[in-house]
Amino acid sequence: MPDIQSPPALLDPVEMRKARMVRNEKIGRWVLPILVMALTIFAWDRFCVINEVPHYIIPRPGIVLAALIEDWPLLMSSLGTTLTITFSALAVAIIGGVGLAVLFAQSKWIEMSFFPYAVILQVTPIIVIAPLIFIYVDSKFAGLLICAWIVAFFPILSNTTLGLKSADHNLVDMMSLYGASRWQTLRFLRLPAALPYFLGGLKIAGGLSLIGAIVAEFVAGTGGVGSGLAFRILEASYRLNIPRMFAAILLISLTGVLIFMFMTFLSWLFLHKWHESAIKREH
Amino acid sequence: MSNTNLLSLKDIGKTFSNGTVALQGMSMDIEQGSFVSLLGPSGCGKSTALKIIAGLGNLTTGSLKWPDTRVDHLGRPDHEISFVFQEPTLMQWATVFENVWLPLRLKGTSRKAATAQVSEALGMVGLADFATSYPRELSGGMKMRVSIARALITRPKLLLMDEPFAALDEITRFKLNNDLLELWQKFNWTVIFVTHSVFESAYLSNRIVVMAARPGRVVADIAVTSPYPRRGDDHRSSPEYNETCREASEALHAAMKAGDHM
Ligand SMILES: Nc1ncnc2c1ncn2[C@@H]1O[C@H](COP(=O)(O)OP(=O)(O)O)[C@@H](O)[C@H]1O
Ligand SMILES: [Mg+2]
Repeated sequence: MPDIQSPPALLDPVEMRKARMVRNEKIGRWVLPILVMALTIFAWDRFCVINEVPHYIIPRPGIVLAALIEDWPLLMSSLGTTLTITFSALAVAIIGGVGLAVLFAQSKWIEMSFFPYAVILQVTPIIVIAPLIFIYVDSKFAGLLICAWIVAFFPILSNTTLGLKSADHNLVDMMSLYGASRWQTLRFLRLPAALPYFLGGLKIAGGLSLIGAIVAEFVAGTGGVGSGLAFRILEASYRLNIPRMFAAILLISLTGVLIFMFMTFLSWLFLHKWHESAIKREH
Repeated sequence: MSNTNLLSLKDIGKTFSNGTVALQGMSMDIEQGSFVSLLGPSGCGKSTALKIIAGLGNLTTGSLKWPDTRVDHLGRPDHEISFVFQEPTLMQWATVFENVWLPLRLKGTSRKAATAQVSEALGMVGLADFATSYPRELSGGMKMRVSIARALITRPKLLLMDEPFAALDEITRFKLNNDLLELWQKFNWTVIFVTHSVFESAYLSNRIVVMAARPGRVVADIAVTSPYPRRGDDHRSSPEYNETCREASEALHAAMKAGDHM
């Protein structure tokens, strides 16, 4: 193999510009969003000061930060509750979505029979199903879990189903030529071929399960044991504690971003060696 | 070389569910140890015939027999058959080693137990140093070599190749042609080699079966008598080779005309 690591001795101006561009892009990817964020926060602060907006309508960033620090223990325990629901729902969505997709891949008839129901479940807004679920299900935890699961599982199901079908036809033929069993074809061919699709679905499902959990908490309302972040927001809104609302919203967004980044990392981890989507191009 | 037939196709017909008659009344005997090229215009049913021989598709009419070979209840022979496709058909997510190991793995051979055989196969196709590479890191020719290594790992008696080198550049193709001939002589395989190149079929095989389309059938059967080993440019400039090319080329043109008129 050619040694691609050795540093180039001399570059022509075009390549030089390209190299500089690559370097600048790397820095820009991090610096630019942070810069925009800082400017936005600054503008927000100036807006409040200049227009003398009362802090119970729009709190200044400093007050939100103070609320975040002051309410830290409370918000953290709520975040814990919300995350428990989010990740349990995601786990069930993964098991259910992949399991169902594998079932669909085994038989067209099963897929034809049940896929439409998965679509119906997906397109019906969770906010209108959730109240019914909380009527029928006694355990609040179970109710929340079901809601978040309904929202999260579809991208995993549909992506994995597509992925399982995307295996190279010639490889499928070859498997049967070598006498592979159904299980072996699944294990050695269909599941690995579906992995990039599954990971794409997971990236969406991660964010959706958080949204599902929050929406369900809103519907479930203030009573009972559940005191997730949505509950904190509701409670704070009743008390007109706007800084705390902001702090809780901030936490939710931050959590969503972190989940997305984690899923992106996971994709990279599994795919960077072989899949086009995760391979850095030379130029 | 013995004269026994490894397999025998008799009046084979294949009609697809959409009504396409891919093959009709196709007959041929394949002699043990021979290198047979299936030459014909695209769409004449070469791939279909090859898949039927591999047991990957059913016949509509006719019979496929394996004289002197034990067959199972599905009529499949008890020896190994390997298939090489036009595309390398590798598992992108697996290393070169794992790709070549696959046929053995499916039979329950562990990585450790397979190591010697995989290394040997990779050595034979000149890829001993690439066991841990991923397919995307290899050139087209190297990928095809991996595909060939995977085909020979099971020590097949019959090797089916469906336009394996059609997508490669000429220099790579010539090199792989020579390597394939060397392996064929070493292992005494029977090879059925699908191609639409007159020159490739004349260079490689000791028999050229020419097919016509609509419906797919055999229209000419040309024996190629030039002895092996055939050495690159020397052989390509020999009168026998040129005579074979002319003969095959004429048969192919006739076949294409026959296909047009139907
Ligand atoms: N699975 C299939 N269903 C319907 N028609 C097919 C199928 N496979 C091949 N055919 C048709 O059968 C004919 C022969 O195809 P093929 O064997 O692939 O030809 P070749 O390999 O010689 O180019 C073509 O007309 C093709 O369109
Ligand atoms: Mg073909």
